[in-house]
Amino acid sequence: MTILSVEALDARHGLLQAVRGVSLALAEGETLALVGANGAGKTTLLRCIAGAHRATAGRVTFAGDDVTALPAHRRVQRGIALVPEGRRLFAGMTVADNLRAAAGRGRAGNWTLERVMATFPQLAPKLHARAGDLSGGQQQAVAIGRALMTNPRLLLLDEVSLGLSPVAVDAVYESLRALLGGGATVVLVEQDLARALRVADRVVCLLEGRVVYTGAARDTTREQVMAAYFGLREGRA
Amino acid sequence: MIFLNQIVQGVLLGGYYALIACSLSFLFGVMRIVNLAHGSLAVLAAFMLFVLADRAGLSPWLGLIFAVPAMALVGWLLQVAVLERSLRSGLLVPLLSTFGLAIVLDNLLFEQFGADTRSLSPYIGDLSFDSWSLTDDITVGRLDVLMLCVAVALLGGLNLFLARTRLGRAIRATAEDPEVVGLIGINAHRVYAVATAVAMALAAVAGAFLAMRTTFDPYSGGAQLIFAFETVVIGGFGSLWGTLAGGVVLGVAQNLGAFISPHLFLIAGHVVFLAALVARVWLSGRNLRWLRVRAA
Amino acid sequence: MTQITVQRWTPAAIAFALAIAVVLAVLAAGPLIFPAGFTERLTALFVYVILGAMWNALAGYSGLVSVGQQAFFGLGAFVAILLSNAGVPVYAALLLAALAVGVLSLPIGEVMLRLRGGEFAIGMWVLAELAHLLVNLDPLVNGETGTSLIALDAVPAAARRADTYWCALAAMTALLGIVFLLLRGRIGASLQAVRDDEQAAASVGVRVLATKRVVFVLAAAGCALAGALWLATAITFQPRAYFSVQWTAYMIFITLVGGIGTFEGPVLGAVIFFAVETLFGALGVWYLVGLGAAALLFALFAPRGLWGAAQRRYDLRLLPLGFHVVLPTTGRIIR
Repeated sequence: MTILSVEALDARHGLLQAVRGVSLALAEGETLALVGANGAGKTTLLRCIAGAHRATAGRVTFAGDDVTALPAHRRVQRGIALVPEGRRLFAGMTVADNLRAAAGRGRAGNWTLERVMATFPQLAPKLHARAGDLSGGQQQAVAIGRALMTNPRLLLLDEVSLGLSPVAVDAVYESLRALLGGGATVVLVEQDLARALRVADRVVCLLEGRVVYTGAARDTTREQVMAAYFGLREGRA
Repeated sequence: MIFLNQIVQGVLLGGYYALIACSLSFLFGVMRIVNLAHGSLAVLAAFMLFVLADRAGLSPWLGLIFAVPAMALVGWLLQVAVLERSLRSGLLVPLLSTFGLAIVLDNLLFEQFGADTRSLSPYIGDLSFDSWSLTDDITVGRLDVLMLCVAVALLGGLNLFLARTRLGRAIRATAEDPEVVGLIGINAHRVYAVATAVAMALAAVAGAFLAMRTTFDPYSGGAQLIFAFETVVIGGFGSLWGTLAGGVVLGVAQNLGAFISPHLFLIAGHVVFLAALVARVWLSGRNLRWLRVRAA
Repeated sequence: MTQITVQRWTPAAIAFALAIAVVLAVLAAGPLIFPAGFTERLTALFVYVILGAMWNALAGYSGLVSVGQQAFFGLGAFVAILLSNAGVPVYAALLLAALAVGVLSLPIGEVMLRLRGGEFAIGMWVLAELAHLLVNLDPLVNGETGTSLIALDAVPAAARRADTYWCALAAMTALLGIVFLLLRGRIGASLQAVRDDEQAAASVGVRVLATKRVVFVLAAAGCALAGALWLATAITFQPRAYFSVQWTAYMIFITLVGGIGTFEGPVLGAVIFFAVETLFGALGVWYLVGLGAAALLFALFAPRGLWGAAQRRYDLRLLPLGFHVVLPTTGRIIR
């Protein structure tokens, strides 16, 4: 069953058109990896889906309803949660308060502070520390936990490994594996192509705001994606 | 001992300054807006209470039951009609629009009530003059003590509200990052409206005490804004309790000034404020984010 | 290859400069041709233009919203009285007072210019209150009793009126000229960079504080000169009237309605303010409500003011301030 569909979406940053006529659909339980060079429009696309950036044209349909006109906080209530690039925690608040701030704002569900702690055991001892004082990996875990507290049906992850040490990235993905394997619907932006191909069911590559490749992860080779990545040849668009 | 009395009176006066300052500081903390109509709005609340007492015979204490929600509504309208639009238009506009609003409010009050000074002290019975004698030289007015207690209670309450409640967390989160709160389901505009309503409800209480402890007129707003601002700066934008400390320092400075010469009451306050400003500029470790309250 | 030319003096600007010269020439002959009452009112208009231009230099070009320029207005008048009483010829005293207040504003700026936004705004207001209270302490002023510019009392009314008029006209022309030259020069570009983004300006090497300092001192001296000129028309000095925050309300009205951040805006705003005051000043309170409401509404709904809006709509460039790129093929002008 299709949970998210994006149709002919355009988005701009001032004069710069960042997303050009992007269409894609996502089935419930699917994990989609968005890849592409810097400036390809991945982050803008995620932000448009989440409602943090206003699309100039096109449509976003979620669970059968047109949500294009809804602001971000209303989309959260429908079950879309974005973990933004750079984590963007409330740095002056404690870890517990960061998580509690998101509690009860989204859908009804069974994510609690305890369950986030169980999912990210590295956070348990830091519960009452200032979020700004945590390490990058811990902050990323809080950012994901904060999004989970809204009980999303669709989780959008923007560059969760950005600026983290390889060990920390492994830890974050280790924790995510339970989610990804447990039937969650996820769109993730990931620079590490090998990792993206490993965790995703499907891969979409953007180039200059357009979809230039889409394919099942298990049928996709690194070379195919690299070619699309640099615009060497059109993939199956 | 008379000297000591001045200090005691200054501390009590500090309670009033903390009251009028905490809502200014609160609003700044949440929205980064200095509301130049703040004093005028507190005076508006004072006039509301005066009308309720004078025309409807309602005691100021009962009047607050009406004035606090009425001012909260005014705050909500202020956000929707003025601040929301100002926030979108850059750094200068909130200052210009709230200053324009202050001029409008002051002169409308003048049009309605004229230049007479008013006071609520005739409507609160014994409380306006009753006092306790601590020593032969030191007597403290019951109203002043009550005012300080209310200030401490409201500051403490506000602190707890921000630290412990769901709404308080939403306000702190919005103060830190108004865009990201949307991604966890919080409507920043709504939070701003609530915060402005809370600030105006607090301003109503401050206006009530202004009117009970002294006289006021339609143009008293400017002075109240200045006292509130001086308190916040002296207190160091650090915390709500810093606001109380700032109020006490300002009150004590004014009373000690008056102790030397009656002309020096206001001057001493301004001088201490400027000294605090110079000190802060020199130290220049400017941290304005007192909303980062840690839940204890 | 297309030839792109860069213009500063557009034809409209040349025509406008000539028009200004004619207007100034007519104004210079004012006391000889205008009725006495009108001469006096025009003197007031010149003071409003000065106030608007000074406030606009602060807010429109450096992003500094001051609610306390009445400090300098009042001090200008007060220092003029002190100097005149000390034996300085009275019109020289007006100018010297402005210079003295300009010097005084240097250390004040050192502290105030490090404040931001609302802090600067109210900080300046506190300063004005303090200046007011301190001036009240002077036995000569004796609280709100006030004093007067005695030296001018001795001069016949007609001569006084004409001399004050010429002084005000000269002061206005000179101050507008200084603002114009500042904007045209290197500092103009710096100022606008500072206003638009202080950190970015600093990062490309604009000396933010130094630039602001120049404007702050100019605005202080300009407002002081306005206060001294006001004293020369009113003769009496009551501190409450000079240190009133209403002067700031006037300045904000003039700048916002005219067009904040444009050179011509405050001049237009002052003329409108002058007309509004002449027509509705007698309404008293409602007139002030109207001024405040106009400032509020312009801030919210027309932040560019009348001149800014007209400039945008009709592509007006009456003064050679910006540079304009002209594409030969279309004749289109890009600002």
